[in-house]
Amino acid sequence: MDRQVLGVNDVTMQFGGVVAVNNLSLHVNEGEIVALIGPNGAGKTTAFNVITGVYAPSNGQVVFKDNVISSNYPHGKFRKKYLGEQETMDKYSVVKSMTPDKITKLGVARTFQNIRLFKNLTVFENVLIAKHMRSKANFLSATFRLNYKEEKQNRDETMELLKILGLDDVKDEVAHSLPYGKQRHLEIARALATKPELLLLDEPAAGMNPQETVELTQFIKKIKDDFNLTVFMIEHHMDLVMEISDRIYVLDFGKLIAEGTPEEIQNNQRVIDAYLGVQQDE
Amino acid sequence: MSMDIFMQHLLNGISVGSLYALIAIGYTMVYGILLLINFAHGDIFMMASYFMIFAVVDFGMPIWIAIPLIILLTVILGMLLERSAYKPLREAPRMSIMISAIGASFLLENLATYLFSGVPKGYPDIPWLTKVVNIGNVSFQIVTVVAPVLVIFILIGLMWLVNHTKTGMAMRAVSKDFETARLMGIKINTVIAATFAIGSGLAAVGSVLWGAKYSSVYPLMGVMPGLKCFVAAVFGGIGNIPGAVLGGIVLGLGETMLVAFFPGLTGYRDAFAFVLLIVMLLVRPNGLLGEKSTDKV
Amino acid sequence: MNMSKKTKNICTAILILVAVILITLFDNDVIGNAYIKRVLNLAAIYAIISVSMNLVNGFTGMFSLGQAGFMAIGAFTVAVFTVPAESIPSIFYIEPMAPWLAAIRLPFVVALLVGGLIAAVLALIIGYPVLRLKSDYLAIATLGFSEIIRIVFTQMQTITNGALGIKCIPGITTMWVPFGAAAICIGIMVLLINSSYGRAFKAIREDDIAAEAMGINLSFHKNLSFAISSFFTAIAGGLFASLLTAVDPKQFYFTLTYNFLLIIVLGGMGSVTGTIIASFIITGGLEWLRFFDEPLSVMGYNIPIFRAGLRMVVFSLLLMILVLFYRKGIMGQKEFSWDGIYNWIMKVKTRLSRKKGGA
Repeated sequence: MDRQVLGVNDVTMQFGGVVAVNNLSLHVNEGEIVALIGPNGAGKTTAFNVITGVYAPSNGQVVFKDNVISSNYPHGKFRKKYLGEQETMDKYSVVKSMTPDKITKLGVARTFQNIRLFKNLTVFENVLIAKHMRSKANFLSATFRLNYKEEKQNRDETMELLKILGLDDVKDEVAHSLPYGKQRHLEIARALATKPELLLLDEPAAGMNPQETVELTQFIKKIKDDFNLTVFMIEHHMDLVMEISDRIYVLDFGKLIAEGTPEEIQNNQRVIDAYLGVQQDE
Repeated sequence: MSMDIFMQHLLNGISVGSLYALIAIGYTMVYGILLLINFAHGDIFMMASYFMIFAVVDFGMPIWIAIPLIILLTVILGMLLERSAYKPLREAPRMSIMISAIGASFLLENLATYLFSGVPKGYPDIPWLTKVVNIGNVSFQIVTVVAPVLVIFILIGLMWLVNHTKTGMAMRAVSKDFETARLMGIKINTVIAATFAIGSGLAAVGSVLWGAKYSSVYPLMGVMPGLKCFVAAVFGGIGNIPGAVLGGIVLGLGETMLVAFFPGLTGYRDAFAFVLLIVMLLVRPNGLLGEKSTDKV
Repeated sequence: MNMSKKTKNICTAILILVAVILITLFDNDVIGNAYIKRVLNLAAIYAIISVSMNLVNGFTGMFSLGQAGFMAIGAFTVAVFTVPAESIPSIFYIEPMAPWLAAIRLPFVVALLVGGLIAAVLALIIGYPVLRLKSDYLAIATLGFSEIIRIVFTQMQTITNGALGIKCIPGITTMWVPFGAAAICIGIMVLLINSSYGRAFKAIREDDIAAEAMGINLSFHKNLSFAISSFFTAIAGGLFASLLTAVDPKQFYFTLTYNFLLIIVLGGMGSVTGTIIASFIITGGLEWLRFFDEPLSVMGYNIPIFRAGLRMVVFSLLLMILVLFYRKGIMGQKEFSWDGIYNWIMKVKTRLSRKKGGA
């Protein structure tokens, strides 16, 4: 059961002189819900962007199941750390980082902090686009509709997904006309349509009121079970985090300052100083 | 090829490159701030040449009055362009702004054709630039030496402006993060106008030197230098001022040497810049001096 | 309010029938004259180019300005391969055509396709390095490409006859050729746009980072869109050569591209039907605007502003005004639909009746 799905090893992300993420190591096991918390600007979204291939890490390695998503050890640390200990090095010989689309194809899907829907397309199209990646049709067979069976299946699956997620009644509406909460749902729906094993949620409850947050909590639990997912999320709403997380990582100024179960985190003095303390002051 | 002839080509290449550098700076500064290709920049350069002809030939002004005057006029034209083609579209999709810029460029070209006719005019002779000097077996116009020296001074001046003045600091802030700079109370419109003013002024300076080298002035004369200098800016690292100068000089030298060593390729001289662009994007997409850019997600 | 499906189908059928009848009448010289026919043919060819430009600029969100260059490739391929063997010596009178080339004579349709394929391959050669990163550079790279093609064609004496160009290209004999080709090319592009690949293009246009997170390979799809667009542009270029029966490199100056830019801005970036409508408006309008270039005298007094060059000034002003004040164009991202027309008529009706009621 404790099979590791995501491994982040020694990841540092530097932009010019700014170190956004500093030597971060963490892992997510199959079937877990893990939260990444920390004050604003702690480097959480940057960490997500490294995991999903938007940025290549300045140092370190990201592993998803048996695939090296990115690996970069400019100072030879890679060799010391792994070459001596592991024999099956060929698995880890990728040095370049994968592009986001390849990573999505492997089974990692994400949502964005500042919703990034295809604004002028309909809800249905937004979700249907996720099916394109796994379609076998080439552009000629797709143009001349030789793939009509596959297309129909994709459409049916999309419809089914929209029904499960309660978006079927707005399927023909243009994405940007949806109310905010629905837009968040649609982003998750779109991510689920890529059939991920690991779902990364970047502040799914941002801008939601307490009532909506409670609903979202239930929603995340439901999709985790229904779709057999592992969930890794960034979130600020502590109620949500504490309720559904199996484990929590706390990031501050790009560094990991604590790790543990919700109870452990709640009682960790460093976390309270760095993060919860700040919040209580507000 | 003898040493003398090589020196001749080298000098020539560097001076052509310096002219490219002057125009490329305008591209790189606008791109650095607005992330947009100012398609009309080459046409601003063209208009500066026409201003000179009118000032000297039609109004009989002495050169030393005409030069500052046409620089001023070109600066005004550049700011006017920004006002009419860019400013109204600040919030519009990028594609619209680019189309507007193309429209402005095309308008300037067509206006010039309409008003001044498509027949090439001769650039007024500026004796202290066009005079031929001989050193040993190498003979060259004075402008060949003036251009690179002037570029170095301008570069030093610009670097000082960007790094040590308030306007320069605002420029750097805007180019790092447009929205945040706006929130910090930086007057975006002033900064952008200043950028266009500097770029246009340098294009005018470039046009004077250009006119001393190639005396033919016609409505589409800005097109090829415009395209090439954008390539030079990309080559040096877009947004980077020393990069634009370096890119311009490498491009000028490369072109000249290509033609010098392979006379058969003379007809393809203008193609060199674009081959350079493609190779550069393959090998080092951020340019020689460019920083790696990362989009915020 | 919507019309029933049956009514819509009937309307569409009537529209197609009217088009067929009109083309037949034109073709048999019952109506119109050679000039009008030529303008209409040109508009049909421009429609192909503009729709393919819209595929890249309006549907995939990239900025290509290489249309003139890709047209030139198609036009010269058709010219070089279809010019009759017996006229070759008289056309290439300064330097003869390369013998191996003169030996290959191709049927018109084959030459069209060859031109299209050459353009597509060149598009990939430019697109691969440029589209990997910032699509911004595509504008400059394609503009430069379009100029280089012109330079290369001017230099290649033994293939393209250099600056003199090629004359005596077999002409188009019936309006069915350009209009049929337009129907086929645009039809294929519409099918593509509505396929899963077209949706991927639109996703890239809307938000490339989100599109990539949905598993869409950005570089592949951008290149695909660009290559397909170039393919059809070259096909249209071939038709263009055949319509004019003579081509030379000067015709493909990069400013030609601005015609198509104006068309897609007017028609609406991301609307195929808008583009087709705008192709006819702009092509016709540009012909009509020719009077601007003629001296105009009112009551014996010559108005001095009417002289050569004014037309292009008006043209470029039009482009700027459109993009500054009327950015969405005729159709925006919408497509023509009978429902749209019906609703529009109903809206006008209610407005009119309200006015009457008020009066």
